[in-house]
Amino acid sequence: MSQVSQAQFYANLKKYYSFYTGGFIAFVVIVGILEQMGVPNKILGYCFLFATILLYAGIGFMSKTAEVSEYYVAGRRVPALFNGMATGADWMSAASFIGMAGTLYLAGFDGLAFVMGWTGGYCLVALFLAPYLRKFGQFTIPDFLGARYGGHIPRLIGVIAAIVCSFTYVIAQIYGVGLITSRFTGLEFGVGVFVGLAGILVCSFLGGMKAVTWTQVAQYIILIFAYLIPVVWLSAKNTGVPIPQIVAYTTALPAVTALEKQFNDKTTPKGAAEESVRAIFRARAADADAKLKGLEAGGAKFLEEEKAKLSAKVAELKAAPAPDVKAIEAAEKAVKEFPADPAKAKTAWTAAKGAAAAKAGNIAAHAEPFAAKDDVERAKKKKNFLALIACLMIGTAALPHILMRYYTTPSVKEARISVTWSLFFIFLLYFTAPALGILAKQEVYTNLVGSSFAQLPAWVQNWAAVDKTLMSITDINKDGIVQLAEITIGGDLIVLATPEIAGLPYVISGLVAAGGLAAALSTADGLLLTIANALSHDLYYKMIDPNAPTVRRLAVSKGLLLVVAVLAAYVTSLKPGDILFLVGAAFSLAASGFFPALVCGVFWKRANKLGAILGMLSGLGLCAYYMYMTYPFFGVKAPLWWDIAPISAGTFGIPAGFLGVIIGSLISPAPSKEVQDLVDHVRYPNLEGDIDSVGR
Amino acid sequence: MQLTQKHQEYWGKNLRITGILLFVWFFFTFVTGWFSRELNEFTFLGPLGFYFAAQGSLIIYVLIIGFYAKYMNKLDVEYGVHEGEDD
Repeated sequence: MSQVSQAQFYANLKKYYSFYTGGFIAFVVIVGILEQMGVPNKILGYCFLFATILLYAGIGFMSKTAEVSEYYVAGRRVPALFNGMATGADWMSAASFIGMAGTLYLAGFDGLAFVMGWTGGYCLVALFLAPYLRKFGQFTIPDFLGARYGGHIPRLIGVIAAIVCSFTYVIAQIYGVGLITSRFTGLEFGVGVFVGLAGILVCSFLGGMKAVTWTQVAQYIILIFAYLIPVVWLSAKNTGVPIPQIVAYTTALPAVTALEKQFNDKTTPKGAAEESVRAIFRARAADADAKLKGLEAGGAKFLEEEKAKLSAKVAELKAAPAPDVKAIEAAEKAVKEFPADPAKAKTAWTAAKGAAAAKAGNIAAHAEPFAAKDDVERAKKKKNFLALIACLMIGTAALPHILMRYYTTPSVKEARISVTWSLFFIFLLYFTAPALGILAKQEVYTNLVGSSFAQLPAWVQNWAAVDKTLMSITDINKDGIVQLAEITIGGDLIVLATPEIAGLPYVISGLVAAGGLAAALSTADGLLLTIANALSHDLYYKMIDPNAPTVRRLAVSKGLLLVVAVLAAYVTSLKPGDILFLVGAAFSLAASGFFPALVCGVFWKRANKLGAILGMLSGLGLCAYYMYMTYPFFGVKAPLWWDIAPISAGTFGIPAGFLGVIIGSLISPAPSKEVQDLVDHVRYPNLEGDIDSVGR
Repeated sequence: MQLTQKHQEYWGKNLRITGILLFVWFFFTFVTGWFSRELNEFTFLGPLGFYFAAQGSLIIYVLIIGFYAKYMNKLDVEYGVHEGEDD
């Protein structure tokens, strides 16, 4: 783009993106027509996948650049509105797009910690960081730590912290990319990961932040349409009013609450039917418990006896006068799948006991906060709910890939407005998700529960055939009617199946897949760029070779981007652990490591190098230590402190970080006049006789 | 670079508005969160405690940031520390 004035540039952008939005709607309409003409769904899925990836690649190619400030901060001329959209896409990950509504469906009120935590954090970004970082105006977050606290050590710790939390987070994103591409095109998960990765790379490789920014704006437009259309439709279909964010609370929630009461009341017909299923689950749980106790007492010998019993049952069935083929098959399967050793038996039976027990009791009311059996448990849940909100919010205000976006606006003024737009665009999705959770629940409670197994709704049959972890439904009490306790739903199903529940054509399902892909790709883009920049700019250029020419700086950056991307894809293809925990861990780590040092850097002139080093190390250290000690994956399983779950480790890390900054600063001399001038420089958007810190 | 009295006043006002908005943020996050069960006794678009966590607090967050941006951008001009028009 040639150098035009900012106002002209803004007008042009509005024009381009209006055309783009119109073009995209036309594309969806055309695919819809193709569907009506009988083109198979699989082809339509490919259409969406490749058209959108091509589009992102096209934008990336048009934005290719060889200028440092364009590569790192998009030339610092992204208007507030567009930076808001780009931040929205950067922020909303596969977890928000696909997982959030499902989490709310499953967890009810307690799941709202994510909704609040992932929006309220922007208040902290706006009040404490965005305008000041913009005034400082360098390229990365470690840049600020390096300049404010002096020396290489704060910068280096910043680089390490940025890489640790971004890498943890990016794995979750690439996982989402793989999941969507494999589900909608039938490619294998591993292949899906690399196809998605190609999409990520074509865009960030050539144009860095500039390309990523303009792609993210395009991705935001797709993802918000894809999220809102099915929900609005579902709301119109079920309640007659196309405003889900209101009718979900006035119409759907009361209906759901009334049904919950019936399901839990054994004297009503629905309650009695539920109870008959729950009794079966209670028996199963007791059975698993008895086996576990037997295992404890008898060890390997008990295991052999149990297996012998099963084998005897097979023989008995086969010997019967009229052998029941199905029963024999089931019994043989039970023998074949019988756990091989006591350790495996313990895991399997503990899981079976947990699964059965979860279905054996009353269901929790959707709108009830901290539902639990007594006040002690409720207090624990309340504490964890608030702790998780705090960690997610402060983590939001410390994640480098988000903070970096506020370097790209033309001025401090625009940076402030831009945070408003960012949260507004994020809010559009986040205040719809709880409504979708309730609407989906109403659908399941009223239309699915009580229907006959012989005539299940089409969407239930489809998804149960595709993936048992998303939708599994079995007639436990053999009465031919669906009871709530007989349905098992995976969280991701809610968003993916909404178009079908609402009775929309397949083209909308394709649109939702494209939206999920846009959410995952845009976040992965931002994260990979953050990691590559921390390595190339902070580690290589600032610390190893400050005289490197521009060409080499960019070449190193692009090379590292490739290496990091391939490494991340490799780690993802190993399918490591629990995605939600990975995401939560990234937030707690960022909150503990960055937030105290960044905020004190602006608001407390006395904060100095030793304080920053102590603060970042103690925050990160305590946070990582607590996770290591308490998260079951690591195998230590130490007792929790004040019942705080490992995902909220930042509850301890953040105060430790602040304490570290304060103590470290007070026991060493105040920072130099030069550094104090820098603090004044970032505090005032414009000062007479000011120093210049803007990186070019 | 010497800060004038006026500059100090600007920063003081900034700290004051930051503090006030931070309190509002805290109230509609942790106070309403803490009393969710009690608030659920009241009804506004569903049980009030649920409403705040699902939608009400989010709207207030957007308003907090919007107000801060407007207030500060005006304060910049008032105290003569605003940036030039075309960057």
